[in-house]
Amino acid sequence: MTTFLTRLLGRLPIGYLQLTHHPGRLLAALAGVAFANVLVFVQLGLAGSMAESVAIPYRLFQPDLLILSPAESEALSDAATLPRQRLFQALVHPDVTGGTPIYMGRSTWISGHDASSSIQFFGIAPDATAFFHDALAAPLTSLSLSDTALVDTLTRFVDMRSFAAAQPEAPVPFEIQSRQLGAIGTVSIGGGFGGDGVFLVSDQTFFHLFPQRSSATPSHILLALAPGADAGRAAAELVQLYPPDTVRIRPVSEAMEQEVRYQMTERPTGLIFAFGVAIGIVVGIVIAYQVLSADVADHIREYATFKAMGFRQGFFIGIILEEAIILAAIGFWPGLLFSQLFYESLAYLTNIPIFMTTERAVAVFIGTIIACAVSGMLAMRKLAAAEPADLF
Amino acid sequence: MTDAAIDVRGLDHFFGEGEARKQALFDVNLSVRRGSLTILMGPSGSGKTTLLTLMGCLREVHGGSIRLLERELFQSEEVTRIDMRRRLGFIFQAHNLHASLTARQNVIMGLQVHGRGVPKRHAAAADHLLDMLGLGERLEYLPGNLSGGQKQRVAIARALVSNPDIIFADEPTAALDKISGMAAVQLFRDLGRTRGTTTVMVTHDPRILDLADRIVTLEDGRIVQDNVRT
Ligand SMILES: Nc1ncnc2c1ncn2[C@@H]1O[C@H](COP(=O)(O)OP(=O)(O)OP(=O)(O)O)[C@@H](O)[C@H]1O
Ligand SMILES: [Mg+2]
Repeated sequence: MTTFLTRLLGRLPIGYLQLTHHPGRLLAALAGVAFANVLVFVQLGLAGSMAESVAIPYRLFQPDLLILSPAESEALSDAATLPRQRLFQALVHPDVTGGTPIYMGRSTWISGHDASSSIQFFGIAPDATAFFHDALAAPLTSLSLSDTALVDTLTRFVDMRSFAAAQPEAPVPFEIQSRQLGAIGTVSIGGGFGGDGVFLVSDQTFFHLFPQRSSATPSHILLALAPGADAGRAAAELVQLYPPDTVRIRPVSEAMEQEVRYQMTERPTGLIFAFGVAIGIVVGIVIAYQVLSADVADHIREYATFKAMGFRQGFFIGIILEEAIILAAIGFWPGLLFSQLFYESLAYLTNIPIFMTTERAVAVFIGTIIACAVSGMLAMRKLAAAEPADLF
Repeated sequence: MTDAAIDVRGLDHFFGEGEARKQALFDVNLSVRRGSLTILMGPSGSGKTTLLTLMGCLREVHGGSIRLLERELFQSEEVTRIDMRRRLGFIFQAHNLHASLTARQNVIMGLQVHGRGVPKRHAAAADHLLDMLGLGERLEYLPGNLSGGQKQRVAIARALVSNPDIIFADEPTAALDKISGMAAVQLFRDLGRTRGTTTVMVTHDPRILDLADRIVTLEDGRIVQDNVRT
């Protein structure tokens, strides 16, 4: 290792030798860096999971559609509605070939003694399969049977195994909103942060469950465009057809990005994650600074000797950066491992979509190196105390 | 090229400010010949170390002049002094070895100050010198596993390995037994004869006075005696 580092650095790896000379301190330092990494990964994981769970419902829709939402609605699951009239108005646009309303409502499912789950319902016309993800086409058609539902296998707080065999021919009964429904199939969506699960029902079944809702006021409207139509332009033109500030209209993918951005930057949860990441970074910098400045203080006579020998400032910066990078590059891996374990346990326990991504791992690795280098630069100030004239 | 490696003229030095200001050196004049071995003597507090650190570019010269290897140190830049130090070898009373580096690695640092070199050649030069100082068996030892005298010899090797023009040493033999102390000073003398290395050394050790070319005695910051021996 020493030989390799000597080649790499063009000098003896003083930083490496100093760190490995005190294995106890090195281990403590690595544990600290790993801990800070876990903090950051947890926050980023939760944030990523929230973004992912915001995005998942949009993936039920065909991606090349436009979504027409009430003006005040930033989030897909907001309670606001818009007049179905908007759908008919949109059909005058030459690029719009069709549209379908979707109805959304939330309900509490008392699935057992103590267990209750918050369920997001999508009420969908069973013949509107063209607007939804191809995989949903067949199950959606079966929803035309009254009081049937596609239930979410990832629903929290419920043992969903009894629903696994649900078929149109063999519905699995359950009760919700004091109504008897039959599960005739399953989807895997997951409730994410806003709820515990997502159930799909026909529009008719939806009105049975939510009698106060009317077919005249859907939550959103999906519009299909002619092949080759420019979605962005069509959206801009359609908006002109409506009184100002009554609708928001954008391609599905854009609406999804918009909501992710909104949830991450304007909602408290998103901000809490950003704050958590900042705390993790600060903790990491403080820990690395403690270790590096203690190491400088311990070697002050050696550094003074090197100064007397004629080593320039760059040499000392090099040693401290070498130490910082070693701490970062080694401490990262246990941090990554623990974070991976944390993600897996959390995903298992809560069904939120939390998982490691390569981009995140790379970004945190680079961030760790930078944070440790910043600590090193701060620790460098202690070096001024190395006064070679005092050695005699 | 003049014959003087060091030329000190009218050197004054003060420590502290205001009320606490104290003069440590008064009008010191001293010209040290290239290749010679000069010993600085004097009672405690007489200014020997102060003079050594000024000549060794470890302190700023405030009053008077020091020409070191043809370079004026009065009003010199910090970077100039750092670069000048690379041509000097320091041997401190405390060995000041780096505890995380082996004997060989400590000596190699004396070469690496001059920049990236061939690691094999650096190691060979270090090994040769350590061997000469009787440490051939201790190359891979960390300072913690060496005796006081062995550590001091490693420090001597570190100062000598890059062939300095001048060696500054403050009580270098204090930690050494009689034989290795004499051997070390003999080595400085030989380097003076063969390579023109100049040595300025503070010592109280009467055993080595005989090896000196010149003995300068300081008292209360002034040179009171200057014996050039022939
Ligand atoms: N850093 C300093 N700050 C203030 N005064 C100092 C400092 N260094 C030395 N002095 C003073 O300068 C005078 C000369 O000190 P110096 O260390 O040069 O003496 P010395 O001859 O080396 O003594 P010794 O034989 O004890 O090592 C002393 O009075 C000392 O107290
Ligand atoms: Mg002294």
